[in-house]
Amino acid sequence: MGPMRRLTPVGTALGGSALAGAARVLRVPRRHGRSGADGDPAAAGRWEVVTVDRPPDQVLPGGRWPEPLRRLDGAVEVRVRPAPGDRGTELAARPLTGAAPTVGLAAHLVGDDPRHLVRRTLRQVKQRVETGEELRADRSALDRPEAGG
Amino acid sequence: MRALCWVGADQLAVREVPDPELRNERDIIVRVRRSATCGADLPLLAGRDPLLRSGDVLGAEFLGEVVETGPGVRRHRSGDRVVVGAGVACGGCWYCRAGLHACCDNGSTEPASVDDGWGRSDAGCFGRPRAAGGFAGGHAEYVRVPYADVTAVRVPDVVGDDRALFAADAAPTGWLAAELGAVRPGDVVAVWGAGAVGQLAARAATLRGCARVVVVDRHEERLRMAERHTGAEPLNYRRTDVSAELRDHSGGRGPDVCVVAVGEPPARSVVDRFGARVGDRPDALREAVYACRKGGTVVVLGGTDGFVDAFPLGAVTDKRLTVRGARRPDLRDVPMLLDRMARDELRTEHLATHRLPLEEAPRGYALFRDRADGCVRAVFSP
Repeated sequence: MGPMRRLTPVGTALGGSALAGAARVLRVPRRHGRSGADGDPAAAGRWEVVTVDRPPDQVLPGGRWPEPLRRLDGAVEVRVRPAPGDRGTELAARPLTGAAPTVGLAAHLVGDDPRHLVRRTLRQVKQRVETGEELRADRSALDRPEAGG
Repeated sequence: MRALCWVGADQLAVREVPDPELRNERDIIVRVRRSATCGADLPLLAGRDPLLRSGDVLGAEFLGEVVETGPGVRRHRSGDRVVVGAGVACGGCWYCRAGLHACCDNGSTEPASVDDGWGRSDAGCFGRPRAAGGFAGGHAEYVRVPYADVTAVRVPDVVGDDRALFAADAAPTGWLAAELGAVRPGDVVAVWGAGAVGQLAARAATLRGCARVVVVDRHEERLRMAERHTGAEPLNYRRTDVSAELRDHSGGRGPDVCVVAVGEPPARSVVDRFGARVGDRPDALREAVYACRKGGTVVVLGGTDGFVDAFPLGAVTDKRLTVRGARRPDLRDVPMLLDRMARDELRTEHLATHRLPLEEAPRGYALFRDRADGCVRAVFSP
């Protein structure tokens, strides 16, 4: 059975087709007996938000989720709305409880808190939209041992 | 290539490391001609940053020649002599477009990983731990410079390397202090710290028309240097009552603007090295808050890294002070400062008290750390 999809409330900046494109969701369960960060039981359902200094139609062109957010298709729900004060677009996402837990490399990277992955992904989207690419770190001697001395 | 690497607490070594390479379209590769020690390096040198790895290359202030450009670079070409701002800023986010490059949202390769430190990540920086989103530093033969059209600025031909080098960080930081303090003609300005940034803050205040500027320090040679090169009046806090002197210098009002540019205090215990420092008493900051006139502005620069106790908040509210802070400068001022250097309004060569080959950089850092032999800044040439 494929991921559950449903519409979520989103901002008014996008048209109907755009809304549909920005509203795919999937549930991600949390472990039993564990509250959210800092003991906040509601943390799991909180939105992670970034403000992207571009209009909504550049953040979600054609209403489609941009990379790398698209990789989370079915794992998160997304909300987008214009930022006040002419500051661009507020792009928000949150994992839904009840979906399959993160596995493999993603689980290794983010532990059992999917919000880290969501936050990181939103920052990557923001960087791609605002600068055109994701900034890459220098490769170190450890990355290139053949060149080390 | 050869580069100055951190290899352990209080241990540096010049080692062979891989040459840098273009990693993004807006990168350039710079052949370094000069690089300078910086007070923000000292906590790293002491091993206080747990993210620093043995082999990481230090150096946040440098100047050099462009030798390679990415396909997205528009303003630079091979052969250009450029000074590179210590901060790595994209130029495209809201903060950069507002001129707040030090707050850039996209200057780090791992922005989400460093958000938790102080609430939100700031711009990237050369010579900082890669795990914290930093980039290899400038104490090397070559450096990769991201977002080069924003981060690197071409140096006018008439400005020499030893002068232009300080347009990377120390001069814009000093200028920013005067700007944050909104120094106006007729103001009395007091600067705590007679290092490079303190001296250049004093000079910036003078260029903005202040009536008098006082520099507070305990190192006589630095005070004399500040007096000679910036026109500041020196106060040695070990020999005089600073608060009383400042009242005397300001008609009993207190300075209109107080700048705290004392940098990072030296580590005091083994615990410090593991980042567990709590309870530092910000003596210079306290003195500045007490001394500042009612309704005045206190500007805190740089390396007051961490938490402080016994901050006189009551004096801030009673006197309706404005407190402003900055760790790093914005890149927007660098071209203007280079122009001032070209017009001889801003001279900085004297700050390079020790000029050494890169191979002697560990010794240069020891001099800088210990403030030995009158060292204000050690400058290295690969």
